[in-house]
Amino acid sequence: MKQPDATEPSARETKETGLPFFRSWRGVYLFVFVIFVLVVILLTIFSRWFA
Amino acid sequence: MNTLDWIVLLVTMVGIAAYGAWHTRHTNHLDTYLKGSQTTRWGTIGISVMATQASAITFLSIPGQGFESGIGFVQNYFGLPLALIIVCAVFLPIYRRLGVYTAYEFLGQRFDAKTRLLGAGLFLLQRGLAAGVTIYAPAIILSTVLGWRLDLTIIGTGLLVVIYTVTGGSEAVSLTQKWQMGIIFGGMVTAFWILLARLPQGLGFDGAAHVAGAMGKLQAVDFSLDPDKRYTLWTGLFGGLFLSLSYFGTDQSQVQRYIGGAALREGRLGLMFNALLKIPMQFFILLLGALLFVFYQFAPAPVFYNRVEWQHYSSGTNAVMFQALDEKNGALHAVKKKKIQAWLDARARGDAAAESTTRTAMLEAQAATEAVRKEARAALTAADPLAKTKDSDYVFIGFILDQLPHGVIGLLIAVMIAAALGSKAGELNALGTTTTIDLWRHFRPLAAHDEARNVRAAKWFTAFWGAVAIAFALFAGFSENLIEAINIIGSIFYGVVLGIFLVAFFLKHIGGTAVFWAAVAAQSLIFALYLLRHRFPALDISYLWYNLIGCAACVVFSLMLQTTLPAKPARAANL
Repeated sequence: MKQPDATEPSARETKETGLPFFRSWRGVYLFVFVIFVLVVILLTIFSRWFA
Repeated sequence: MNTLDWIVLLVTMVGIAAYGAWHTRHTNHLDTYLKGSQTTRWGTIGISVMATQASAITFLSIPGQGFESGIGFVQNYFGLPLALIIVCAVFLPIYRRLGVYTAYEFLGQRFDAKTRLLGAGLFLLQRGLAAGVTIYAPAIILSTVLGWRLDLTIIGTGLLVVIYTVTGGSEAVSLTQKWQMGIIFGGMVTAFWILLARLPQGLGFDGAAHVAGAMGKLQAVDFSLDPDKRYTLWTGLFGGLFLSLSYFGTDQSQVQRYIGGAALREGRLGLMFNALLKIPMQFFILLLGALLFVFYQFAPAPVFYNRVEWQHYSSGTNAVMFQALDEKNGALHAVKKKKIQAWLDARARGDAAAESTTRTAMLEAQAATEAVRKEARAALTAADPLAKTKDSDYVFIGFILDQLPHGVIGLLIAVMIAAALGSKAGELNALGTTTTIDLWRHFRPLAAHDEARNVRAAKWFTAFWGAVAIAFALFAGFSENLIEAINIIGSIFYGVVLGIFLVAFFLKHIGGTAVFWAAVAAQSLIFALYLLRHRFPALDISYLWYNLIGCAACVVFSLMLQTTLPAKPARAANL
């Protein structure tokens, strides 16, 4: 096992996303989850529309 | 294929491989060789994760799946975004904090050497088995339809990937995957547009989608609770969640793609990129298959899409029967085309009563052509019990060769080979790394400090696994349904490996001995379920459930065993 190196995340790095509109990773995960739910809903509508 | 196709194919494939090997030829640092460049950004990581998962089978078999069974297979990926969120939040920060090269190194830190060896051994076993399939699958299809020699196709593609993976390690893998995915996206979008353009005039996407939907090919989401159904919302969400969590969180071929990079953020964004794009991408490929189905409702459709196989058996004593089946299919196909047109006309008029009756007639015509296709498969089996009777993998490649212009054919063949090389490279890179770090260095601890020797060992082990994969593809017989074969192999092992990692992450009081024996017992249970499924019909469940059962069994057995063992030492309290 090698020692933790420069790639080791600091507390700041772990929390900050560096993305506009998303202050925390929790916000990013929530966004991805909401998009996933939307995709499933859209696929359901797509199935019904063309059934 | 003509000269132009060969030029496109060779320039793209050999060019990308040569570029990858040349650009990374001086890679001699272990960190770079095993984890890739320290400056890798999220886009490269995201594409690399996607390319490792998307093998040639994705682009050959999945359109066939959409053609044959509709787009319901997309549900298989519903657990993926949720799994990636968990990997980002829990797995990835720990891997980076510990600076590990492999996921199994973490198990050694958290538990003990035997659990690390078990995790690495299960990975090497299942990924080593799958490695042969990922090289064989595109080779068998391409060699059949293009008339290439199977052995030379396997050796040619195998050697190409081995050369740049051995030369440049993880950095070469990521670099080449980026270009290969560019070819793949470009080729698939081109094929989609040409397919739309080849549909009958006036039908368009909307009309084609209505035909596909009316014939049951566009049911993307199935809420059924029937456990016998292979792809439903629930198998996708739960089975798919466990399969994806295990694959992305604990399979070294994926872990290696995202643990490197400039910062934790890059790995996380790379995974979120996949969480957002994977379902739309699979939907697009399946939709292409469903639209191919519509295309062949209006264009001449063979009774059996693996035409080489069909022609091989349609001579001699079988000639009359095979010709009769061809003629019967042709006649039924012409009738069906008229029924579909009648339904479309009724729809266009807004005549609800006529629409209902013509729809019933259209479905009856479809059932009749399905019946004759079934007869064709039976005729093949009667001619030779070993004949290949699954033809859906040949639908898309047949369309490419028949309908696309020269140059684009070369591009689409390049798509298949690029996908094969991309996923193969990720696998070989991971197999070589795990063998070096978890086996070779474990048994030769003094060698750990000699970086150059470690890189040499990693190169040799990568080459060794390349040779194993090529040999396995050359000499093993594989299941016809190749994509399912890979998923079944994965599902047999993944659940238990995931169980070990979940115990490691979330059940801090459980020690190595308990989890080790629990994993052995859980893996035995999964083997028993798989082997006894034909003997006891009640055990014949969708293979996706093996992920959940294996994982749950490993966790529950660990909890039970730990109660009978002394408390574990506090060595891993902070992991």
